[in-house]
Amino acid sequence: MSTQPPTPAAVTDAAARAAPARGKHRSLEASSARFAYFMLAPALLCLALVAFYPMVNTVLTSFTDSTFGQNTTKFVGMDNYTKLVQDPAFRTSIWTSLRFTIITVVFEFILGLIIALVVNSSFSGRGAVRAAMLIPWALITVISAAMWKLMYNQIYGVFNDLLVNKLHVLAINQDFLGNPVTALPAVAAIDIWKTTPFIALLLLAGLQLIPSDVYEAADVDGAGKIRTFFSITLPLLMPSILVAVVIRALDALRVFDLFYVLFGQRPDTTTMSIYVQEQIIYFGKVGYGSAVSVALLLIIAVFIAIYVVMTRWSAARS
Amino acid sequence: MSAATAEALPQRRKPIKVGKVVSRALFYLLIVIILGYILFPFYWAARTSFMPDADIYLTPVQYWPKNFTVQHYINAFSEPTFVRSIANSAIVGVSATLISILIGASAAYALARFNFLGRNVALYLILAMSMFPGISILGSLYTVLQRFHLYNTLYALIIVYLTFALPLMVWIMQSFFRGMPRDLEEAAYVDGASQFQTFWRIMIPLAAPGLATVGILTIMGCWQEYLFALSFLLSSSKWTVPLAIANTGANQASAFQIPWGDQMAETLVVMLPLIAAVLILQRRIISGLTAGAVKG
Repeated sequence: MSTQPPTPAAVTDAAARAAPARGKHRSLEASSARFAYFMLAPALLCLALVAFYPMVNTVLTSFTDSTFGQNTTKFVGMDNYTKLVQDPAFRTSIWTSLRFTIITVVFEFILGLIIALVVNSSFSGRGAVRAAMLIPWALITVISAAMWKLMYNQIYGVFNDLLVNKLHVLAINQDFLGNPVTALPAVAAIDIWKTTPFIALLLLAGLQLIPSDVYEAADVDGAGKIRTFFSITLPLLMPSILVAVVIRALDALRVFDLFYVLFGQRPDTTTMSIYVQEQIIYFGKVGYGSAVSVALLLIIAVFIAIYVVMTRWSAARS
Repeated sequence: MSAATAEALPQRRKPIKVGKVVSRALFYLLIVIILGYILFPFYWAARTSFMPDADIYLTPVQYWPKNFTVQHYINAFSEPTFVRSIANSAIVGVSATLISILIGASAAYALARFNFLGRNVALYLILAMSMFPGISILGSLYTVLQRFHLYNTLYALIIVYLTFALPLMVWIMQSFFRGMPRDLEEAAYVDGASQFQTFWRIMIPLAAPGLATVGILTIMGCWQEYLFALSFLLSSSKWTVPLAIANTGANQASAFQIPWGDQMAETLVVMLPLIAAVLILQRRIISGLTAGAVKG
C-alpha cells in the first residue's frame, strides 16, 4: 500500500510556524518540552525497536557469513558485496525491477492524468465514477493477481478469447504469463490497472487546487485548449505529479507480492525483493541476503534523494 | 470543449450544436471506457464465482454464465483455513491500528504543537522510515522473532506492521493536529487542565475524523500485506487473508486444475465488505490519501 509522507519542505515550514514566541514563558516552555518528549517517547522507542534496530542490524549482518541454523557467525568484511557485484542473478533482478518500475510509472502517469482530467470536468454521475476509482486500490494485491491470472489463461482466459476469436488480433492462443517475452508486460498491466485510479485521484486533488481565475485569464487572452494545458495545467500540477510519480516508483522498485503469487521463484521474473526473500527465508543465507537488501536500500535511497531535491526545487519555485 | 465553442462565431450556430453533441457523446464514451476498464476484472471474477467448475474450463468462453451455482460460496465458507484467515486478518489489523493510535497520536500531537530540541530530527527519521522498504529489515526481523519465539504467531505480525502503521499515523495526524485551532487548548489550560488532560480529553475526541481516516488506511495496509505474512507465518491456522486466498486449492489432489470458482468466490466474499467500507468512507479516504501528497 502507498503512504504519502508530506514533503520535507512542508516539514521545515511547519516547524517554523509551530515555534512559540521565545523568552515569554520560560518555565512553561521547559515543561512543554518535557511533556513533548514524554508524548513522543513511546512511538520513538517502538520505532527504534521494530524499524531502526533491524535496519542497523541488517547493515551489520551484511558484513558477516550469518546463516540460519549455523551457530557460529564470523565477520567476512566486504566478501558479500564483492560476491554481489559478480552475481548475475542479482543483476537480472535489478533489471527486472527497473523495467517493471519504468513501464508501470510511465503508463500509470499518462493514463492517470487522462482520467484525472476527465473526472475533473463536471458531468452527472461524477461522484459514482470517483467512488468506482477507489475500488481497485482497496483490492488486495494478491487477489488482483489471482483475478488476472484467470483472465490471462492460455486456454479459457477471456483475453485470449477476445484477441483470437473476437478481434482476430492474434492467430493462436498465447500463454501471456508463461512466455518470458510477455510475462513482464502482463504483470505490469495488473499493477497499472490497480494503481492508475489511485494516481488519478492524487492528480485530481492537485487539479482542484489550481484556481479557476487562471483559466479564465487564459481564455480571455485567447489561449486554446492545448496551449492552456501545456502552459497552465501541467506546470501548476507539477508538485502533485512529482509526488505521485516518486511515490509510485518507490513502491514499484520494491514490488514483491504480484510477482511472487504469479511466478514463485522463476529466474526471469525475480525482482530485487523476491531475490532477498529467497536468499534469507528459503536458503537461510541471512548474511548474503542482508547485503542484497542494503543494495536495494541504496537504490531506493537514490530515488528518495531525487524526491527531496525535487520537492525543495518545486517549493522554492512557487 | 467549452473554450472551443466560446471562440466560434455566433452566425455558425448549427454546426456548433452538432459539434457539441458529438463532443459530449465522445466524452461519455470515454467515461464508459474508463469505468469498463476499472470494473471488468471484477465482473469476470463474479461471473466465474457463479459458474459450475466444468463450465469455467470450457471453450468457447461464456461471457454470461449459462448455469448458475452458489456451490463455490458454500465451499468457501466450509473451508476452515479461509474462515480462520478472515478472523486472523481482523485481529492483526485492528490490534496494529489500536496500538498505533495509542502511541502514534500522542507523538503526532507533540510534533504538531510543541517546539523542542530534536523535533526536526524526529520528523525526518519517521519520514525516512515510512519510505524504506520492509524487505530491507526482513532478515533482522526474522532472527529477532526466532529468538523471542514469536515466529509463526500473530503477535509477530502485529509488531512488524507497526513499522508502516506508526509512521503513517504520526504523519497524517500531525498535519491534522496542526490544522486544528488553538483556542480550545488555551481555554482548557485557563480552566486548569494539565497538558495531558487537554490532549486526552479535548484534542483526541476532536481529532476523531482524522483518527478514523488513518485507521482505515492502516487496516487496509495490514489487510493487504503479503511479504511479512508469508515469511513469518508457517501454519495455515495462522494465515491471513492474502495467504489463504493465494493458497486456495494448494493442498488439493489435482494441482493442475486451479479451483478458480472457489478462489473467485473467496475473492468476492473478502472484497464486498472492503468495497462497502470504501464507498461509505470515500471522502475520508481521499482526504487522507492526499493529505501529504498535495501540500508541496
